[in-house]
Amino acid sequence: MSNYLKLLALGLVAFVAALAANWARDLAYQIHALLIMAVAGGMFIWVLRSTDDPQPKVDTSGYMDGVVRAGVIATGFWGVIGFLVGVVIAFQLAFPVLNLDWAQPYANFGRLRPLHTSAVIFAFGGNALIMSSFYIVQRTCGARLWGGNLAWFVFWGYNLFIVLAATGYLLGATQSKEYAEPEWYVDIWLTIVWLAFLAVYMGTIFTRKERHIYVANWFLLSFIITVAMLHVVNNISIPVSIWGSKSVQVFAGVQDAMTQWWYGHNAVGFFLTAGFLGMMYYFVPKQAGRPVFSYKLSIIHFWALIFLYIWAGPHHLHYTALPDWASTLGMVFSIILWMPSWGGMINGLMTLQGAWDKLRTDPIIRMMVISLAFYGMSTFEGPMMSIKAVNSLSHYTDWTIGHVHSGALGWNGMITFGALYFLTPKLWGRAQMYSLPAINWHFWLATIGIVLYASSMWVTGIMEGLMWREVDAQGFLVNSFADTVSAKFPMYVVRGLGGVLYLAGALIMAWNMWMTIWGGAKVTAPVGVPAE
Amino acid sequence: MADKDIDETSGIETTGHDWDGIKELNNPLPRWWLWCFYLTIIWGVGYTIAYPAWPMITGATSGLLGYSTRAEVAAEIARFDEQNASLETALAGADLTTLAENEELYRYAVAGGAAVFRAQCSQCHGSGAAGAEGYPNLLDDDWLWGGDIENIAYTIRHGIRNETDFDARWSEMPAFGDILARDEIDGVVQHVLALAGQNHDANMAAAGAEVFYDQCSACHGEDGTGNRDLGAPNLTDAIWLYGSDIDSVTETVRNARFGIMPPWGERLGEADTKAVAAYVHQLGGGE
Repeated sequence: MSNYLKLLALGLVAFVAALAANWARDLAYQIHALLIMAVAGGMFIWVLRSTDDPQPKVDTSGYMDGVVRAGVIATGFWGVIGFLVGVVIAFQLAFPVLNLDWAQPYANFGRLRPLHTSAVIFAFGGNALIMSSFYIVQRTCGARLWGGNLAWFVFWGYNLFIVLAATGYLLGATQSKEYAEPEWYVDIWLTIVWLAFLAVYMGTIFTRKERHIYVANWFLLSFIITVAMLHVVNNISIPVSIWGSKSVQVFAGVQDAMTQWWYGHNAVGFFLTAGFLGMMYYFVPKQAGRPVFSYKLSIIHFWALIFLYIWAGPHHLHYTALPDWASTLGMVFSIILWMPSWGGMINGLMTLQGAWDKLRTDPIIRMMVISLAFYGMSTFEGPMMSIKAVNSLSHYTDWTIGHVHSGALGWNGMITFGALYFLTPKLWGRAQMYSLPAINWHFWLATIGIVLYASSMWVTGIMEGLMWREVDAQGFLVNSFADTVSAKFPMYVVRGLGGVLYLAGALIMAWNMWMTIWGGAKVTAPVGVPAE
Repeated sequence: MADKDIDETSGIETTGHDWDGIKELNNPLPRWWLWCFYLTIIWGVGYTIAYPAWPMITGATSGLLGYSTRAEVAAEIARFDEQNASLETALAGADLTTLAENEELYRYAVAGGAAVFRAQCSQCHGSGAAGAEGYPNLLDDDWLWGGDIENIAYTIRHGIRNETDFDARWSEMPAFGDILARDEIDGVVQHVLALAGQNHDANMAAAGAEVFYDQCSACHGEDGTGNRDLGAPNLTDAIWLYGSDIDSVTETVRNARFGIMPPWGERLGEADTKAVAAYVHQLGGGE
């Protein structure tokens, strides 16, 4: 019976998508409609062919790890894609001729930049968060994922969102909000997927067999709920036509800017900080084999972090049309946020008490430790840059880009690599990764890459900030904007090289994962631990 | 939990929870962490009292220091304005032709003009004023509309071929693609290349000379040296605004060119307009 309902729904979707493709007002919308038609049509045929087949018995006694395995592969795949696009656009900035004439209007910096940011944050980071939260919530609740195949819907639905967003950028569909570029129908689809994610996660917590909820789950739950709220509010818009991609934002002017940076800052706060702290709170104690340093610290810094982060957005709009009072509050909350952010670093690093010797032998622990170090560094740098006097120098410069990347490459990237190295052998029943020396190579390539990236951006950021504000004794500007651009060239090359090293490390990881999973190693560890 | 669960390595009690093998130590909050946290909160309270911060019903608290970003920048601008006031007034009323005789005022004008140029003019003419295709190089002595300081000031003030300023410099080259036959255009192109002393086909150029005399000499002059009253470029030098290859010159003859410059007089004000004129005039080619 349910199969017939599915067929009806899929058939309807395919039919409406066909109509949409026919009446489409722009290319991006048309291609998306064709894509959705193909997906719905393909699933229709698949469901039709398997209707009335005997239902295979699904063993629901163990943890649901298939979707986590898919997530591990997707994370590695999108990571490599995202870093590659990052390297390309870094060199486009250094050598503008790489905005290839024959590839216009698709392959210019303007369209590839959101492709890069979305690929690394939402595709790489998002898949990492979804797959590790599915893994962690099962282990720490002693329960199988709630909702059966709903978890698979979340995985495929989320990755469809990524494909729609990425192709949309290339084809020119964007609502021009940083980190919230996808247009209205892609936003609606993500909302559906995200609510399903929340349902799976909450359902699993409700059916848990442990009495208490582990700290990792607090962080992951706050991430899921807050991202849902941010996404919905920041994307309120009215489509110009339901047959076209363009939409008009409901907020305007400085209200729109404030909403955007309330969203943007908390995308950093809840996606890239709270979510990844959830990962950290599981994988670091597991890999170190040590208890979490302080339960009290985890409670206090969790509540302080989620309370304070949500107010810090205005620091992205210092010295703009934003009123002074909002600017002040954004700065004050950012600085009070410093210690709550560091609580996570302290709890992570101090968890290694009694296991510091593993740093010499275990490259995965080393990755996690350096990720916490970069976390600590960028959560100090962030509050510092929110101070108005500092911000008047750093704002709009490459310093901001360097800050973001020391956080993203250092903290988010490294903790995710650690998680992937932890999970891959466990999920495919291997004793360990195919090559430990390769992990070591990855560690050093990535670390040197980040150092090149961050230091070159500090140099060029502070340099251009000083050049912009330089006036002579009579108050006249000394430099033109183009002077600052040409002065930055050498640092742009260094930054690109840093990106190449980071990408090379990720390629080594992809090879290592491939060899661990498909390299023919004998199964040496049990798979399918029962949920208990 | 009857017995206390003690972690052997650290000797610290755990909370007794166990998730997938993960336990938690019952360590207190690190003191330095807690005190830093308190300090930032106390500082935050103080800062929000001193600066505009808390939204109320009709407006936000203004803070004890009476600070505002707009007042701060206004004060900084006022400080420079006050410092420069006498020079600024003198410059606005100055006669450009004798400006260079007043050394202090001239130095002020050139420095100020350079700053305005970097902010407003460099987008088209380049930060070093060397121009780009379609945007004249201001470093050489080849002037379309005249290179003495008064003419430069006029061009800046009113612009060229814009619809916004009634006094804008104006001329329009016809698109000869509609007027001449293809082989006539080819001939003119060869003649123009010959005028500039470039490689050309002598036979075609000879045929083109006649067409040039009939069609082009009214503006560009019989000898091709141009006419500044009409903004008609000198064709005999090696300076090309739109390229010197056969394709570019043919494109120019066939479809004409229509370079536009906006008027800056109203936007910059009298003193800044004169300052930019003084700056451009002293770049190298001023007459």
